[in-house]
Amino acid sequence: MTDTLKRTPFYEFHVGAGGRLVDFAGFSMPLQFEGIGKEHRAVRESVGLCDVSHMGEVEIRGPEALALTQRLITNDAARLVDGQALYTPMCLPSGGIVDDVLVYRYGEDRFLFVVNAANAAKDAAWMLEHQTPGAQVIDRSEEFGQLALQGRHAQTILQQITDIDLTDMAFYHFAEGSVAGVPAMVSRTGYTGEDGFEIYMGPDAGPPIWEALMDRGASRDLVPIGLGARDTLRLEMKMALYGNDITEDTTPLEATLGWVVKLDKDDFIGRDVLAAQKEQGLTRRLVAFELTDKGVPRHGYPVLIDGEVAGEVTSGAMSPSLGKPIGLAYVPKGYWKPGRTFQVDVRGKHKNAVVVKPPFYQRDY
Amino acid sequence: MEFPPELKYTDDHEWVLIEGDVATLGVTDHAQDALGDIVYLGDLPEVGDEVSAKDVIGVIESVKATSDIYSPLSGEIVETNETLEDAPEQVNESPYGDGWILKIRIADEGELSELLDVAAYEALLEDEAS
Repeated sequence: MTDTLKRTPFYEFHVGAGGRLVDFAGFSMPLQFEGIGKEHRAVRESVGLCDVSHMGEVEIRGPEALALTQRLITNDAARLVDGQALYTPMCLPSGGIVDDVLVYRYGEDRFLFVVNAANAAKDAAWMLEHQTPGAQVIDRSEEFGQLALQGRHAQTILQQITDIDLTDMAFYHFAEGSVAGVPAMVSRTGYTGEDGFEIYMGPDAGPPIWEALMDRGASRDLVPIGLGARDTLRLEMKMALYGNDITEDTTPLEATLGWVVKLDKDDFIGRDVLAAQKEQGLTRRLVAFELTDKGVPRHGYPVLIDGEVAGEVTSGAMSPSLGKPIGLAYVPKGYWKPGRTFQVDVRGKHKNAVVVKPPFYQRDY
Repeated sequence: MEFPPELKYTDDHEWVLIEGDVATLGVTDHAQDALGDIVYLGDLPEVGDEVSAKDVIGVIESVKATSDIYSPLSGEIVETNETLEDAPEQVNESPYGDGWILKIRIADEGELSELLDVAAYEALLEDEAS
């Protein structure tokens, strides 16, 4: 591990908890603590705490902030009220995806984009390129730590240390207040399919919040969660991972993100291509599949139809919740419906796969 | 981390137990720890198959990673651990016991000199860590 890696406000806690640290987008981040399977089950069955401070934050400020936000994203930020967030792709003129982001509306003149760590510099540059006199773009990635508290007991634990009323906080809403005696922003969002919250704070405010959560969470078996379990949790929900399932060479429609593409709003970057693609129909789509043979599908494995390469696996793992090999893959038209079958080239062996209806996992509360 | 002195080791982080002309093969405590939760172990040869030293003779999948299993020796496969099909986690829980992978009837005793003793293996681990 080189010492040029960036550290989050929670680095010392990761080392203290025996985290296996890896280079993730230039940050020293825990891949796992006790084990990915165990951490995955902790979130599914109880609750877990994951450091996601590597995520970037880019703000748009000014009287034209809404207009610029609308131009950059495919979803419709005009539908947001103050204190509400949305999930959206940002597209290139080609319709390819620059990044998938959360957009928080603080006010008509202030939106905060939370972006993927690996894309943070690219996104900030892309957004700056489209800056207008009335809408200033500010990269604030260095100013935030971020934690994800995820699982059925998240609200019970967090409510004990915050003056924000979580009971009334709806999904994809947020509020600012005090958490563990320090200022923070709390949103009911996540990347796991469980109920839970993401907590944003200044770097110095990070440690007291981590300590208070771990302390109050002890009775619910709260454990730290590494990026490995974060990945299997999101995969079971068919939530896209940038760089794997979505890239500059895939469009939101192909990635089955049509639900966050609002062609009926005012013009936005990539709209023409997406409208045409919708009109003409897709030639490939991202599907969820299970391997019915033994083996584990992985990113980059070829999809075979009648023995010919016809697509590609973009994510895959042995699902800790289902105990089955699952994955996501781009496959051609005719192979999108649940029940359709194809093969995956798993290290030279052709393994049978069947398309299933996502998500792979659904919570029971 | 444990490395029983009666075993031989390879630089692929496998262990070998020699009993007469049969070698039992598994992965070391270090390997299972580095891989993390093992979720699948397969593509093993059939009993009766002939393998050569350095052949890929199977795959270990952990939640995050895929890793080849190499044959440390040439010979005939005499047994494979079928319980790993349904319980691959045995490799994590008991790498030198229930986590054994397969047994080979040794064809070329000369190859045994290529294997590492415990001191050499521990030195290898230190080198890799530094």
